[in-house]
Amino acid sequence: MSFIHINHVTKRYGKQVVLENLDCRVEQGEFITIVGASGCGKTTFLNMLLGTESPSQGSILLEGEPLADEPNEDRGIVFQRYSVFPHMTAIQNVMLSRELEQSRFLGRLVGARKQRVRDEAAAMLESVGLDQALHKYPHQLSGGMQQRLALAQSLIKKPRILLLDEPFGALDPGIRSDMHQLVLALRQEQQLTVFMITHDISEGFFLGTRLWVFDKERIDPHAPEAYGAKITYDIPVGVVDRSTLESIHTNLQ
Amino acid sequence: MKKLINQHPGKPARWLLGLLPFLLIAMIYTGASNARLAENPNDKLLPAFSSFVAAIDRLAFTPSKRSGEYLFWADTASSLKRLAMGVGISAAIGLVFGIPNGIVPYARANLSPLVVAVSLIPPMAILPVLFIVFGLGELSKVVLIVIGITPFLIRDIQQRTLEIPAEQLIKAQTLGANTWQIVLRVVLPQVMPRLLSAVRLSLGSAWLFLIAAEAIAATDGLGYRIFLVRRYLSMDVILPYVLWITLLAFFLDFALRKLSLWAFPWFHTDERGSDA
Repeated sequence: MSFIHINHVTKRYGKQVVLENLDCRVEQGEFITIVGASGCGKTTFLNMLLGTESPSQGSILLEGEPLADEPNEDRGIVFQRYSVFPHMTAIQNVMLSRELEQSRFLGRLVGARKQRVRDEAAAMLESVGLDQALHKYPHQLSGGMQQRLALAQSLIKKPRILLLDEPFGALDPGIRSDMHQLVLALRQEQQLTVFMITHDISEGFFLGTRLWVFDKERIDPHAPEAYGAKITYDIPVGVVDRSTLESIHTNLQ
Repeated sequence: MKKLINQHPGKPARWLLGLLPFLLIAMIYTGASNARLAENPNDKLLPAFSSFVAAIDRLAFTPSKRSGEYLFWADTASSLKRLAMGVGISAAIGLVFGIPNGIVPYARANLSPLVVAVSLIPPMAILPVLFIVFGLGELSKVVLIVIGITPFLIRDIQQRTLEIPAEQLIKAQTLGANTWQIVLRVVLPQVMPRLLSAVRLSLGSAWLFLIAAEAIAATDGLGYRIFLVRRYLSMDVILPYVLWITLLAFFLDFALRKLSLWAFPWFHTDERGSDA
């Protein structure tokens, strides 16, 4: 049994078919990067994994069980923006998930339990390189640091699937490559299963173990909404020849 | 020569320019008052500043012959108490209804139309109803303030709650939060500074309702006193009282702003908070 089974999933909005009959399996520990033109349903797909949208047909199974149709602890997420809580300092942001699970009514801990969670959070922040910014609010952090914080906040919860929605899209190139190193290191360490949407195909090849390209195979000029996007390429990274790369590149233009 | 829109006064010039209209008004008043008093020393419409001082001294620093109270301070205390109760209760109701309306779709479907309908009732029109139902005591004055400003507060809090980015609510759920925990840890703390600014905005109306209620039925309070001495054309009491109410309003607003800056530093650093 596969870790994740995307079982003949179709997503429609009214008459418009966004995703058409996706069917594939993902094993634990794979890092899947998703590229595709704007509006081809990448984000819709991620939202279905996240649980904010559900398939019109088919189902997504996690270890044989259907995914919950609302966001829960199985899946962690980092968005391009607004991923951290502006009213909490860095360490409070990271402590939050532990506080929520240990104090179901108040969502806050005190005393020794709080101290234990604080130590764990501080270690987590250190591993993403934010040990100098424990008590800063997100607005005092740069964009790259905010995304590091968002990663730390999600990863402390050890989600079974980590979803990344263009997490580095708004960052400078230099910062971005730092973030790549960080993501690779964290993935190694925690054996995460990751889905990441990106616009940057080289980022996709560099980070992923498997690259998916979303594209429409068929377009009916009289009814452009009739056919949805599919996974047109499913490439294990590392075994790819030059011509495939170029044809993907032309397709994405 | 720079264009007018690009010329900025320095700090002393700003103060001076800001003070100028006040000085001007004081001068015009003094001139007009002197002119009237020269014609008729018993004129009551524009009393001299010395009459103001005498009136304040009589009300604020001399015990009343009848009750032994210092009327000015007793009036201030009862008005502020009513105002604080009215605004405090309204803010609490605003939170208790505004947050669920903003975050629970079923609550919004259920309560939002009612809140909109209630907010359209002119509060002054139902003042007689309040007097009939709650009597002429403290309660009806507080209730008038509550009815006057609560719908606005609920709607504002509902709106602020809806403005919290969906990403944050999703993130909280992936961190394991249930609805109650999201309200407690994500929504409430972010709505609090917005509640403070909504309260600041509603203080003007709160004063209006307070003074109206006191004018109609009360035995003390700033509004009561103003309307009481109106019978004797006592401008020497009315004008200092009005000035004092203005000052109180200013200090309340100032205190709430400082409180917000101190308690929610994260709110006042982004562009949304800078105007608050």
